[in-house]
Amino acid sequence: MMLTRRLASSRWWIGLVVLLLIGFPFVSDSRGALILMTQIFIYAVFAMSYDILLGYTGIISFGHAMFFGIGAYTTAIFLHRWDHSLLSFLVSLLAVLVLTGIVSYLIGVMTLRLKSHFYAMLTLAIAGLFLVLAEKWRDVTKGSDGFTFYIPDLLKDRTSLYFVALAFMIIMFFLLKRFTDSPTGKVLQAIRENEQRTESLGYQILHYKIIASMVAGLAAGLSGSMYAITLRFVNTAVFGTNVTLDALLMTIIGGVGTLFGSMLGSALILLVHAGLTDLAKIHWIFERWMIFFGAIYILAVMFFPQGIVGMFRQWRAKWNKG
Amino acid sequence: MQPILQTEGLTIAFGGHKPVQDVSLNVMPHTFTSIIGPNGAGKTTLFNLLSGQLKPTEGKVWLKGKDITHLSVAKRTRLGLGRSFQITNVFPSLTVLENVRLAVQAQAGVYYSLFASPKKHAHFEKRAIELLETVLLGAKADSLAKNLAHGEKRKLEIAMLLALETEVLLLDEPTAGMSLEEVPSILEVIRRIKEEGNRTILLIEHKMDMVLSFSDRLLVLFNGRLLAEDTPENIMKSELVQTAYLGGLYDDAS
Repeated sequence: MMLTRRLASSRWWIGLVVLLLIGFPFVSDSRGALILMTQIFIYAVFAMSYDILLGYTGIISFGHAMFFGIGAYTTAIFLHRWDHSLLSFLVSLLAVLVLTGIVSYLIGVMTLRLKSHFYAMLTLAIAGLFLVLAEKWRDVTKGSDGFTFYIPDLLKDRTSLYFVALAFMIIMFFLLKRFTDSPTGKVLQAIRENEQRTESLGYQILHYKIIASMVAGLAAGLSGSMYAITLRFVNTAVFGTNVTLDALLMTIIGGVGTLFGSMLGSALILLVHAGLTDLAKIHWIFERWMIFFGAIYILAVMFFPQGIVGMFRQWRAKWNKG
Repeated sequence: MQPILQTEGLTIAFGGHKPVQDVSLNVMPHTFTSIIGPNGAGKTTLFNLLSGQLKPTEGKVWLKGKDITHLSVAKRTRLGLGRSFQITNVFPSLTVLENVRLAVQAQAGVYYSLFASPKKHAHFEKRAIELLETVLLGAKADSLAKNLAHGEKRKLEIAMLLALETEVLLLDEPTAGMSLEEVPSILEVIRRIKEEGNRTILLIEHKMDMVLSFSDRLLVLFNGRLLAEDTPENIMKSELVQTAYLGGLYDDAS
């Protein structure tokens, strides 16, 4: 009873937020705000994909940027080398799925046999390899300078790109939600809780970790493609450790183990980032926004490790009780 | 009749220490076997070898005539060997219902259903609730497992094991750490399982009186070795076992 009521009310909220987001471009005429929102949607997908690993399966990866980067470069190279039609964009998405699928499968097989921190270090190293590859394979990637490229006409208009990104986020949210609620998704959570017990129930842990790795890798790859489209430019920064750290920060601030929290975290981090960069005119310290994020991160881990969504849930549980 | 579970020369060595040494046993289908022995006799280690948490240094394990010595824990479970743990071993931050539901799902063989709607598998939940009723935990279905009392966690553990519907059940001290008031209800649960008569049960237990009334066979472990295997009556008469339990027997060999 209570559960259905809660579900109904949360659906109502989601509906309201989506309506507000659809209305946003008609109200705001600021190009900057539109681009910022588009990036929030795209980063939200990236953060959700990271949450599949961190929040649902309990795997810590420091190399999630590799999928983001593969996505960004693949789409960029397709549009640059072939032509900038919608078709080549769609084909590039397919290529992204194939490439990230293969890479995430291999990462899963090779490294998920390792225990937590060994796995984390290995992902860091492999992401580093991709960074070096992007820097050295100059014929294709133009090295660390990167390159600009044209995008399909349909996506050139900032408003339509905004809607595409919004739709992208909503679709990915529902797909990932469905995945995490599925029998397989539940097993992932069991692995997070107690790996050894999960195995003695008859689940083969490695297979599930590979599935988690692949779902996270595919989703991250797509978000990377979309990211390249918003910038119309790609360089080695997409493989940087910063990208992974952003996802980590977003999921932790928003609330691990909740897809919604990842979206919230993405919005918060990018909005605060934009706000701080604006403040740089007032004082140079705001240019170094990483200092502030570091502080926020420490405070978040110390005082609300459950993140915003987790804290909100705790309050509601208390409210319902008392 | 062929034994359902069989070991031969089962030994595990951690360096020079051998917690289980040369244990050969035959467990017949649909029997109730209790394993007794003083602390440190290697009872739980023997279970770990049977269920696959540990791999033996020497010796073999057969389940239904199939050599399972090198199979993983998950594969052994799928072949019909389920176990409960002495140290409570559940999914702490999931609800009680979800804990059992995961076990039911495993039993149903739904391993990789990536995008199925939860509604499609609603019957898992029904079965899980039935099992919770069996172990008298129905009222706690929505609590988080970590918020259960110790005895309730033990019951949850048993519900999860039952959900697997394995032919062989390894019960590692199901009443460990339980308050005296809680023990009878667990015994009741075990009695019910035994009366169904289609399971083979191996039980580690310290409460001797309880063991006696249930068991068809008793295994006595002492310092990693199988000291005796017989009916409860004969074991109780055995002088060797008496001295072992009274602490008169010292291990001077190793």
